[in-house]
Order: sequence, then structure tokens, then C-alpha cells
Amino acid sequence: MANAIAFLLNGRPVSLPPGTSPTTPLLDWLRGPAGLTGTKEGCAEGDCGACTVVLEAADGGRIPVNACLTLLGQVHGAAIRTVEGLRGADGTPHPIQRAMAESDGTQCGFCTPGIVMAAWAQARQGGEVHEALAGNLCRCTGYRPILDVFATLADDAAPPPALPEPGPARFEAPGQVFHRPATLADLLALRAAHPGAWLLAGGTDLGLRVSDHREVPAAIICLLGVPELHGLRATPEALVVGAATPYARLLEACRVEAGFGPLASLLARLGSRQIRGLGTLGGNLGTASPIGDALPPLLALGASVELASLHGRRRLEVADFLTGYRRNALAADEVVVSITLPRPAPGDTLACEKISKRHDQDIATVGAALWLRPEGGRVAAARLAFGGVGATVLRAGRAEAALLGRALDPESVEAAGAALAEDIAPLSDWRGSAEYRLLVAQGLLRRLLLRATCPDLPADIAAYAESR
Amino acid sequence: MMDGLPRSGPGAALRHDSALKHTTGEARFADDLAEAAGTLHAALALSAIPHGTLRALDLTAARAMPGVVAVLGPADIPGANDVGPAGEVEPLFADGLVQFAGQPLALVVAATRDQAIRAAAAITAEIAPLEPVLSIERALELGQHVVAPQTLARGDAEAAIAAAPHRMEAEFRAGGQEHFYLEGQVALATPGEDGEMTIICSTQHPSEAQHVVARVLGHACHRVTVTCRRMGGGFGGKESNASWVAAAAALAAQATGRPVKLRLSRRADMIATGKRHPFLYRWTAGFDDQGRVLGLRALLAADGGWSLDMSGGVVFRSITHALNCCDVADVAITGCAVRTNTVSHTAFRGFGGPQGALLMEDVVHRIAAACGLPPEEVRARNFLGAPGKGDETPYGQKVEGDLIARVWAEARRDSDWDRRRGEIAAFNASHPTLRRGLGSMVLAFGISFGVMHLNQAGALVHVYADGSIRLNHGGTEMGQGLFVKVAQLVSAVFGVALGRVAITATSTAEVPNTAPTAASTGSDLNGWAAHNAATTIRDRMAAVAARRFGIAPEQVVFAEDRAWAGAVGGNLFLDFGELAKLCFLERVSLSATGFYRTPDIHWDRATMRGNPFFYFSYGAAVSEVIVDTLTGEHRCLATDIVQDCGNSLNPAVDRGQIEGAFVQGLGWLTCEELWWDAQGRLRTVGPSTYKIPGSRDVPPHFKVRLLEGAPARSETIFRSKAVGEPPLLLAISVANALKDAIGVPALDLPATPERVLMALRGDGGKIAQD
Repeated sequence: MANAIAFLLNGRPVSLPPGTSPTTPLLDWLRGPAGLTGTKEGCAEGDCGACTVVLEAADGGRIPVNACLTLLGQVHGAAIRTVEGLRGADGTPHPIQRAMAESDGTQCGFCTPGIVMAAWAQARQGGEVHEALAGNLCRCTGYRPILDVFATLADDAAPPPALPEPGPARFEAPGQVFHRPATLADLLALRAAHPGAWLLAGGTDLGLRVSDHREVPAAIICLLGVPELHGLRATPEALVVGAATPYARLLEACRVEAGFGPLASLLARLGSRQIRGLGTLGGNLGTASPIGDALPPLLALGASVELASLHGRRRLEVADFLTGYRRNALAADEVVVSITLPRPAPGDTLACEKISKRHDQDIATVGAALWLRPEGGRVAAARLAFGGVGATVLRAGRAEAALLGRALDPESVEAAGAALAEDIAPLSDWRGSAEYRLLVAQGLLRRLLLRATCPDLPADIAAYAESR
Repeated sequence: MMDGLPRSGPGAALRHDSALKHTTGEARFADDLAEAAGTLHAALALSAIPHGTLRALDLTAARAMPGVVAVLGPADIPGANDVGPAGEVEPLFADGLVQFAGQPLALVVAATRDQAIRAAAAITAEIAPLEPVLSIERALELGQHVVAPQTLARGDAEAAIAAAPHRMEAEFRAGGQEHFYLEGQVALATPGEDGEMTIICSTQHPSEAQHVVARVLGHACHRVTVTCRRMGGGFGGKESNASWVAAAAALAAQATGRPVKLRLSRRADMIATGKRHPFLYRWTAGFDDQGRVLGLRALLAADGGWSLDMSGGVVFRSITHALNCCDVADVAITGCAVRTNTVSHTAFRGFGGPQGALLMEDVVHRIAAACGLPPEEVRARNFLGAPGKGDETPYGQKVEGDLIARVWAEARRDSDWDRRRGEIAAFNASHPTLRRGLGSMVLAFGISFGVMHLNQAGALVHVYADGSIRLNHGGTEMGQGLFVKVAQLVSAVFGVALGRVAITATSTAEVPNTAPTAASTGSDLNGWAAHNAATTIRDRMAAVAARRFGIAPEQVVFAEDRAWAGAVGGNLFLDFGELAKLCFLERVSLSATGFYRTPDIHWDRATMRGNPFFYFSYGAAVSEVIVDTLTGEHRCLATDIVQDCGNSLNPAVDRGQIEGAFVQGLGWLTCEELWWDAQGRLRTVGPSTYKIPGSRDVPPHFKVRLLEGAPARSETIFRSKAVGEPPLLLAISVANALKDAIGVPALDLPATPERVLMALRGDGGKIAQD
């Protein structure tokens, strides 16, 4: 039996007519049938932020998301706020709308509704201003007036919506079925029955295939309603992260959990808030792209994944899970349940690096996670993981060997750098030439030395800029 | 908002007229308007091959797909298959010859946009490949030009170079730039009676869109109306490129008899529409020990792409701006645009001016390094108007050297240059891997269209009998605040509050035969035209009021929404609305057109001499960067700007233009990289692969100051100066700061982390491509 997709839109309940395609991007629905054209399409690939709307959580949280990547089936049971829904009951503009207008924060105005919504979320969430704006591009203003407004945002104290947890659901449209299981058992049964279906959590990658490439998938299994895949548990030894837990939640934990600070710095650059509000570690593992930001840290930390199917559960090292270019060890009837990230010990060195043309919201030219354990002035253990330098994220075994048992000093690092040239085989593309990628990977080893030996010096430009 | 400024009229820092509508989502862009029942949607089929003979186009599969109403190719064009803006025939759809990867081959019209996109993807083309020309170097070898080489010369460059104490030769490159307006190209065409076609289009040039639509449909212009209320950004990308999008939509509307919308996806927009011209530079200079350039010979070769488009104007501006704020007595600058099998490069904010100015900066920085002098010292010794230097451009136009010296002195002072030089040196000596650098830029930018006949504008003003005013002019609003600036001028003429003036959509039906809103001239031209229209009406109203008051018309004063007999505040006055009603009753026309043509400009193409610019705009900037020498990553930390706006019409709007132009220039020179693969296909086709600056890339210290007490010396409107383009050049200060940080004067652009690292390693930032 099929259900109707239902959600709150600007505080009012909406139930979509039967047969509505559950993979319609929320943006298309807003601008079309809903007649709400304030939300704009700038790119349809989740990068410009002109389509930013906010999901209002029951706990009062505000999650900005890209409406272009969000599919209607995903927002079942959610509360959505658009730029039209910010006005007061009497029609007066929201104070943020007024402030943006009065501070010369708009020129052409096309990016503005998305920026207003990012600001509305930021007024409650707080945190660094550039982090809040990283998912919104403006081509006219040069951002200065927008940053001025962001520096003075105040929460409007609007109450959170009442959102009952939706039960299991199934949405149907001609040629399409969208399953929304509510337990792991149901999920595994559906997975076994539909091995070709898309497994959809945040949809920041799969959503692109609909939004940008206009694909119409026949079957989707949505993971958002499965409680066993959500949540995060910290133990003295590790962080255990549900596969469908949004990156935003993981970032929050890494910021406060001892040993995970360097991972937090990297996760703050993974996509944007709009992407991190939906995107998941499970998704990065499922895609298994060599440029997935989160994968090098999983290798460097020695992380493992727990997989489940109707036949039971098994655990794999991430290094064994990733089998090739966009390939992994997941069987057709399996799902990733959780990821265990071992906690670095005090005294370990961990650096999580990302080199890209733009600091925020870019894809890595080279990603690296470098972990060392010193003992008695020597490198007792090392895991050097790189992304963007081969068909898959990989460990640089020869470079690791060059460091093991030696003091971390310019000589050993140079030897490791020379060995690295044998470990990696980068390609040339629009993000960088093979030559540059190798030079950068070697440069990151030298930066590791600087981080380990001169902890009081800013080791990179971001740290320098923050220190000013 | 800003202290000490007027609160209304010219000079007031009023906000953008649509600001609150932007922030509430009420502002309607072309794609936001309610669609009439039966509106169809179109999508383009694009070539995947850069060069070849089009043998066959198989449309059968597309025609059979759900929702498809029509599939149109070159044979379906009733008029001319020509959307060229500048005289050369440029086909809307490839006919026989495919000339770039991304060239439109056909148009699908379907009930929904998704259906159109899917059907367009089902079109297959049989193309016999020809060898593509994909680099400026290769096109130069073959002698393929869209704009033949032309040389701007004065004196004897060869002799001066030969006689100079030192001589240097160099070569470098600057990349192109995608406009990345947030609103992509879009047009909605609605057919009417008697062959009428009404087009709502996101365009900087409604008149050209009208002309191109009429040409493609085979109609006279009087049947075609093009309107534009606002654009979600333009930056030059919605001049000629908007015209062909409009023409494609109109063609489909005429063929189907129904309204048709064509909205390009971001990917199609980036693949099929033109960009800023990439340039290759080769130069030879003779100079002395003090860094004075005595002779200079240079080639500026632009990549024109497959067709002419507006490359002629871009080449003109690049060679007239190649010396920028400097003077070289004996000089020969050759400019050309080569023909390649890439998208046809087009107008982009600065229009060749920024590319031209890069030449002299490269000369200054390399010569300074050779002389062991600071580049700022070398640049200042070569300033127009410096001791031993002239104050005329090589084409014979006088430049205000005192303002060049002044903006640089003020920027240097504002930035605390000397103290920071010392501090940076100390930091660089202390940090093992990070290097800071300080760079500057000084600009002199000529204002006027290089194409003389474009320096004209029209306006249409109505005063209604209730005293409300309707303003229309040929300029378009792309976010730059033109509409509010012109409304400020009109409200000042009538002495009324701004709210009395209704701002309306640009329309070819109201003001015909207009120039594009481009070349920074929007408020200069349309401001005067609207001022003239308003003044005509005000003079008629003054005559009516004068009769009523029993005084001479010259004694009537318009202020505070009233017409006063003599002094403001006296006993005898008429409310503006009362006077309008009176004029109506006395059968006096309250409607007028206004027209303006820029005076005193001329250009002799044969001798390459003249006064092509009404005036020059000046500015200076100092920027500081930090570079990681391990990875090439860098960031701009601080920028101080002094920009000449004459008597600013609206300091808030002008500041926004300066900040926005600087950051856009910063993107062009640092992170925005267009990357074509070996098959000639652009691979940076969306914001995930093409990186424009984000908020963190803006210098945390970002101080902009308008040059004070410097009214324009030419008779510009309110003695104001244009501001749209010049400050983009100030971002060159960031590239110069990068050179300073890495201690290498040779750096290809954009200075991505990769180019910076490669330059550090000593090869000028050149990147090998496989």
C-alpha cells in the first residue's frame, strides 16, 4: 500500500497527491506546483546555495540544505522553511531580511534568498561566519556587506515545530517506488529484495544524479528512518558513528572529543553546512571515490566498518572495504551499519589535510591523513593515507616504511617523500597535474614534520590567518 | 548609512531599489514569472566534438520521445541562421561545419523541461572530425585570426630598445573567466498577432536581442519586443550570448505558435556561452638602470574562440590599456584575436582592459627584479606625468597624471606600506615555510564604448496627472544599482522624493535603438538621457507654474515635492501633484523622451589616433598575501583601495561595485580556472569544478575609500564617474603580492596553488598538460 508524502511547509501541513514522483527535487516542486519562486536554481549541483532552505528540527535545530539535491521522498515527516516563510504573521519582513536589505547585502539579488536562509539557520546555530556562508556563492557583492550582517545575527526565538517520527512508508509513482523502512530488519529485507535499488541517506551524491543529470531511478531505499543507522557513541577507545548520521553531527563530536581535533578541521571543509546537514560517512564509503574527503582519515585512524545483511553481521577494516575505483566490498544484499574510528592516543600526531583551489567547499586535489605514534624519539607506528593520487584512497606503504624506527627529522621525511613517489600514481585533470599532486603530497610530509616539531608555529595559511 | 552625505538626489547613499524584494524573495526574475497555460520548454543539443563536418543529424529518436512537440535545426529557421552581433555571420545552429565542442546543433521543444532535456540528449550527430585548433600558439602559427593584428605605435620602438642600456624579452599567459552570473541564461518568447513576438529575457542588450530575433525570424524589428526587468547578474555574459538564447526561444515560439521558455542548465550555460578572453603575451623592452622603460614592443594575442562575437572591441581595449597608468615614449603594441575551436569568447567586465593592464605590470615587475628595485618604485618612475614622462597615451589622448600620482600616494599611505614592509620581512625570516608578500596596483581606465556609435542613450519619462512619475530608459539592471541611480537623478530634477518615481522594466517598445548596458557607461549615458527627458517636462511645468504665480519660469523652484515661487519655504507654492493636474488641464504634455550622445570622442582607425574615451577613471590598491611554499596554497589577508568615482552618484552603490569588482578580479587571477581537455571539451562546467571566490577568500582587512574632492573634469552627469569595471583591475595587486611573496616576478595566471608552487620552483608557473 502506498503512502502520501507529507511534511510541514512554512508551518503548514502539506500532503502531496498520490503519484507524485518521490524523486522530484524539492526545488522543482517549490518553484513549480508550490508556486514559491523565492528559492532559486543557480546550479542544480548543490554548490551555489541559491536554493538553500532550512529543515526545522523538533529540537529547535535549523539545518540548511540545498533544495536542488533534496528529494521529496526524503523530506517526508520534515518541516521545511523557505524565504517566503520568514515574514511575520502580519506580513512584515523578518529582521534578517530587513538587515540584509539595509546593509547593501544584495546587488542582483539572485543568491540572496539562499543567503537569507543560511543566515536564519546561523542565527540559531552560531559558529564561524565563513563556515556558515561556505555553501552560498555571491558573484556581485564581494561578500563584505553580507559578512557584516552575519556578524550581528540574533535568534528570533521562533519555536520548533512539533514533528512526530513518521513510521515506515512507501511512495509510488509511475515506474518508481521509494521505500522508507523504519527498522534495520525491514531495511535488510528490502535490500535483499531490491539489490538494484539506490540506497539513499543524505542524497548529496545520488541527489546530483537526479538534479543535475535528470535521472529517474526506479527503486530507492531511504535510510533516514532507520534508527540503528543513526547516532554517535563516544568511548575511551573510539567514536562509533551510525552510517547514516549526518556529517554535521560527526563534526560536532570531533570538535569536543579528545584526539579528533584535526579531523574536525577537515570535516569543517567537507562540502558546506548544506552538504554536511545531509551527507553521511556511509555515503562516502558507499561511493568509494578516491577524492572522498573523509576516506583518508578513516585509513589513517585504522577505522573499521560494520556491515549487515539478512545473513548476519561482519566487520571489515576500511582498507579492506575499499576495493578499487568507486568499488567496495559491500555485497548486493548488505548495508553499512556503522563506522568505528579509533581514538588517537595523547602523544600521537594526526594531520588531516586537504589541498584544493578554494579553501571551502571544494573537492580535494590531494587529500591526506597522516598519523604517527612516536616512542622514545622514534616513529613507532605510521599510517599515511592519501586521496586524489590514484584509483582509490590508499596507504603509502613505502613512505611509512621510510619513517618507521627513525627519528622524525628532515632526513627521514625526505626519504619518505622520495619513497612516496613509488607509492602513488596520480593523474592529471582540472584539479591539478600529476606532477603537482606528487609535489604536494611530498610537501604535506614536510608540513607534518613542522606540525610535529614546531607545534607553536602556525603550520598552514589557515592557521596563520586564524592567529592574526 | 554614511555620514555627511545628502539624503536624497545625486550623492545620496540610497539602497538598491529592489533590496527588500531580493531578501523576501518577491523580486521576480524571468524564470519566476507565472507561465501561461500551454507554455512549452526548450533544450539545446550541443556538439561533443570541437571541429568537424556535420554529415547528418538524426532527430527521429528525439521526435518520438514523450512530450516532444518540435525539433528544430538550421533548416527550420525562416530568416537567417545568424546571431552574430558584429557583422560576421555566426550561425545559431551549426550548419555544415561544427566549430567548437558545445556548439548548438538543434533545439527540442517539449511539454516539460525534463522532456526537452531528455529528448535533446537522444539526438545523435554524425560529424567527420577535422583537426581542432585548441591553443593560441597553434592558431598564431596557422595565422588564423578573428581580429587581424593591429598595431598601436608611437615613435620608434625598435630603435629605442636597441639604444637602451638593458633589454629584456618575456612571455606569459592569463586565463579566461566564466561569468558565473547566479541566474543562468533564460528567455521566454510569446507569439502574438501579425507575427508579433514578445520576449522576456535576462539580457544586458535588449535592442540587440530584438535585432537578432528579428533577423532569425525574418521579421522587421517593429514586430519584436524585448523586455528585461532585472538580471541575476550579467558581467558582460548577457550581451551577445543573451541574444542567441532569445532567438532560439523565439524561433521555437514561432514554430509552435505557443509560448516557449529556454532556460539553460548551468552545465549547458558554461559549455555553450562565451567567457573572458584568455591572452598570450610576448614582449621586448629596453630600459635603464632606474627601471625607466625606454622602448617597448609587445604582442597581445587573445583567444577569440570560433567566431568574431565582440573580440574586436576587446582587442581595441586591450591595446589602448596595455600601458595602463604608465608612459613609454617609443612603443609598438600589436593586438589580435586568434580563431580557435573553442567557445567564442565575449564581453566580460573590463572587456580586455584588465588583460591589457597585465602587460605593463609584467614589464614593471620583471624589470624591477632585474634592476634590484621595488616594482612600486619602477612603476611610479614610469607613471604618465612622472618626471621625464609624458601625459599622453600612445594614441594621443591626455591623461590626468596628477590623479595617478594621488591615488597611489593615498593607497600607499592608507595601507601603512613602509611599516608593513618591515614587519613582513621579519616574519618571512622567522617562518620555515610560510611567506607573506605585499603588492600594489594603480589603474587608469578609459570610459566610453570603443565602438563610437554605442555612446548614446534614450529615456522616456511620464508625469501622470496625480504627480506620480514613470521612468524608463535603455539601461538594464543586473544588480549594479543603475535603476536607483537614474531615479535619484530624475527625482532631483523634479525636486521630489524618490518614492514618487516608478522604476520600470527596460523595453525596446519604450526606448528603441539602445546601447548595451556595458563598458561601465550605464549611469553616464542613461543618467544624462533621463535627466534630459525630466528637464524637458520640468521646464514645461515651470512655465505653467510661472503663469499661475505671475513670475518668470526661471524663478520657479522644484524642491520638497513642490514647485515654489522663488525661494523654497515661501508662501507661494503648488504641490507637485497639483501642478501636474494643472498642466493636464491646460493641455501641456507631461511626457518626454530624452537623448544623450557622449561629446568630444573620436577615433581614427587608419592612424590609430584619437580621443576614444570621454574621461579616465583612476584607482590604486595595496594587497597582502600569505603563501605556503610547500603546497602553493595562498590567501589574501588585507586590501586597501582608493577609487576615483568623481562626485559619486551613490556612494553605497559605488562601494558595492568596487568591492564586488575587486573580488571578481581576485577570482579571475587566483582560483577561477577554465580547463579544456585534449579533445577540446571544457571540463570545468559547474561550481563544483569551477571555483569562484567564497566569503573566506575576501581579505579579512578590506578597506575601500572613494577618492575625495575629485569631481570629474569632463562634463559628466553630476561630475560623477563610472565604476563598474575599473576596480576589477585592482585585484592585480593580489597577483603582484604573490610575486612578492615567492620572490619570483614571472607568474602565469590564474595563480592557482599549482601555478604558485611551480613558479616557486622556477618555471614561471607553467603547467604541463597531458
